[in-house]
Amino acid sequence: MTGETPALETKALRKSFGALNVASDIDFTLLRGARHALIGPNGAGKTSFVNLVTGALQPSAGAILLEGEDITHLAQAQRVKRGVVRTFQITSLFRGLSVLENVTLAVSERLGMGGDLHRPAGNRRVIIEESFSLLEALGLADEALRPLKELAYGRQRLVEIAVALGLKPRVLLLDEPAAGVPSGESGIIVETIERLPKDIALLIIEHDMDLVFRLARRITVLVQGAILVEGAPNEIAKDARVRQVYLGERARA
Amino acid sequence: MNRNGVSGTGVTISEAAKQAAARRMEIFARRHRFKIVEVVPWVVALAVFFAFPNYLALGAQILATVLYALSLDLVLGYAGIVTLGHAAFFGTGAYAAGLMAAHGMGEPFLGLAVAALAAAAVGFVTGSIILRTHGLPLLMQTLMVATMLYELANKANSITGGADGLQGMAVKPVFGLFRFDLYGRTAYLYCLGVLFVGWLVVRRIVHSPFGRSLTGIRENEARMHAIGTPVFRRRLTAYSISAALAGIAGALVAQTTQFVAVDALGFERSGNILIMLLLGGIGRLYGGFIGVPLYMIAQDRFAEIDPVYWYFWIGLLLVLVVMFARGGALGVAERLMRRRDAGQ
Repeated sequence: MTGETPALETKALRKSFGALNVASDIDFTLLRGARHALIGPNGAGKTSFVNLVTGALQPSAGAILLEGEDITHLAQAQRVKRGVVRTFQITSLFRGLSVLENVTLAVSERLGMGGDLHRPAGNRRVIIEESFSLLEALGLADEALRPLKELAYGRQRLVEIAVALGLKPRVLLLDEPAAGVPSGESGIIVETIERLPKDIALLIIEHDMDLVFRLARRITVLVQGAILVEGAPNEIAKDARVRQVYLGERARA
Repeated sequence: MNRNGVSGTGVTISEAAKQAAARRMEIFARRHRFKIVEVVPWVVALAVFFAFPNYLALGAQILATVLYALSLDLVLGYAGIVTLGHAAFFGTGAYAAGLMAAHGMGEPFLGLAVAALAAAAVGFVTGSIILRTHGLPLLMQTLMVATMLYELANKANSITGGADGLQGMAVKPVFGLFRFDLYGRTAYLYCLGVLFVGWLVVRRIVHSPFGRSLTGIRENEARMHAIGTPVFRRRLTAYSISAALAGIAGALVAQTTQFVAVDALGFERSGNILIMLLLGGIGRLYGGFIGVPLYMIAQDRFAEIDPVYWYFWIGLLLVLVVMFARGGALGVAERLMRRRDAGQ
């Protein structure tokens, strides 16, 4: 570990809905350039944690720091501007729009041009070129003009990542990036994640243990809204409590 | 590759792939260019002027209503804001222009400007409250805003003339030259000119990054938040612009008929325009250009022949459109074109 400020920190982050604690005093650190996985059984509060960090949910208590700066009270859109970006567990894109447009929407927001009423969007060559080259890099160039809803689900998952990259994230939260994808197609998603720029701090929320152990260099296990244990993958794999509450339940084949 | 690209793909991009990429980007970048078919409504409108000199009064009403439909399309078709209260803005514009003309300020373009500002102000103020909701609650609140304004106009007898309507309007000649004549010639061309400018504005807006972001909000609002869009502000801006345009449409009707009835704010005014837009096709910019004339001409003809059953036939037509012709006339046309292209 270096003395550098972490990319993202949460301090005693808490969220409760009445008696239900979806996050109870979570102290979490995501280092710069991290490849970090957040795992846990269903209902452990993983997606709630993502919602808290991105600002879709307001915490009941605690603080969220982005590179040392307090972002706890910033709106979701402002956090995105500062580089906190997420993808969704269930593909959440603009289904009726073309693949390219899905990405140009994100890129033009990042460049602060999303509110421009005057110049036609088509005249923004910079935006179109940047968006297209992102699609090219992810192997989606041939599908650029097709409506998103016509793409196979696995391809849509890649567009999710393309849209997120269009926002130039500093912290990228991937919520089950391979969820719902047939195993034959998930390889390309894993490869894409492996090739992501090293300076993006990645937090991968995942159920698929093969994927977690392949991608993550550090793992945090969340159970009932609290951190059970955190460590390197081999430590987590050996941890008896983890095996009991999580790995055991899943009965890996 | 920039820092957020994906590095080390190890793929050398061939010349053919480069050309294909350039072609795709070109197609994408050209979407806002004018197409030849977009001339059609204007050619038809001008042809009508010469071919049907006895119907220009009705024609002027249709043109003003097309602008009203266009304003609704911006919020409903593009931004996905459902509303049953768009008459609030139409009526505000009508009364603003009407009151101006009734108090010696009958310059038509000044009337339009004041109507646009007044309606935009109503849109902005009510929108900043009600646009915090979505779907059914929003629908109810748009209805409520229009109903409140209706009752206000109805009760404010001394200003609006209440149920008797606003009378005594004196609209000055257009450009100080062209009087509003009995045959509706000036009215028709005046409405056509204003509609044309309104159409240019809306067309520019829907193809701008702002307009595209509205479509994004309609498609998936949660995702727009997640890509950093100030969604509420965008919706409010769209709502206010749409209100201004609806206000201008109301002002056109007031100025060309020299009268404002309280039903300019009425529920039918909100509901019918929705039906007209639905018949033509929502979210396609030209829905109103088809749906409005279709509805209003049919209404004009059928209301004479069979005033009782007129609404039955419109109802039946609407059921059929929803069941078999989703997207209205333009939706059907799009599907036919796609089938033709696929067949080639």
